[in-house]
Amino acid sequence: MNNNSMSVIVRTVTRFMYGLIILFGFYVIMHGHLTPGGGFQGGAVVASAFALLLVAFGSAGLKGQLNLHWLQSIEEFGALAFLGLAFLGIGTAFFYNLFANSGGFLFGASVPTGSNAGVLTAGGLVPLMNWAVGLKVMTGIAAVVIVMLVGSHKEETE
Amino acid sequence: MIVQSILHVVVLVLIVIGAALAVWFKDLLSSVLALAAASLLVSLEFYMLQAPDVAIAEAAIGAALTTAIYVIAIRRTARKEEE
Repeated sequence: MNNNSMSVIVRTVTRFMYGLIILFGFYVIMHGHLTPGGGFQGGAVVASAFALLLVAFGSAGLKGQLNLHWLQSIEEFGALAFLGLAFLGIGTAFFYNLFANSGGFLFGASVPTGSNAGVLTAGGLVPLMNWAVGLKVMTGIAAVVIVMLVGSHKEETE
Repeated sequence: MIVQSILHVVVLVLIVIGAALAVWFKDLLSSVLALAAASLLVSLEFYMLQAPDVAIAEAAIGAALTTAIYVIAIRRTARKEEE
């Protein structure tokens, strides 16, 4: 066993669990306008799966799958998408929800009055902004953990 | 109602025990795991106080991510605390 990865128990449990954790994180982001949680919480859950992979397999587990430049690009895309969506309704007001109740196109469904189970395709810009924040948070925190791992590794070899 | 109060007291006492163990351990890896357990119990307390939003964030950030960063840092430095 090299110094970089952990024991076989940790690696086996990680292989079973990381897909489920990523799936749960995307579920939290996707249902952000209906259930507790949202972009930040779901992104943090997905990033914790990345952190689990990095701790269990070390920097050798990256294998070029999680490129730092790609992560930074996705993070910047998330921030710019959030700002762009906020500027879409600038004709009325900043953060004006342009797509709500627009009728079917993209999260434009109307919500019936009274108690209901929640409409997944309603909400207008809110689900899209949840996705933008989720992308930014998951890639940003994953980049922080990767820099922590790779940077400390470089210092050791010098 | 009385059951809920007893459950709150039990969880809060366990949080204090976990935090005290995190200070008391000389093995830093055990200390980090005690801190993660305390953080997970804080998340449970948030859920019992009907703030599931905060509970998800606390479980992901406090229990998972800070533990991962601490484990990486301990692997690169010394595991035992010096006297």
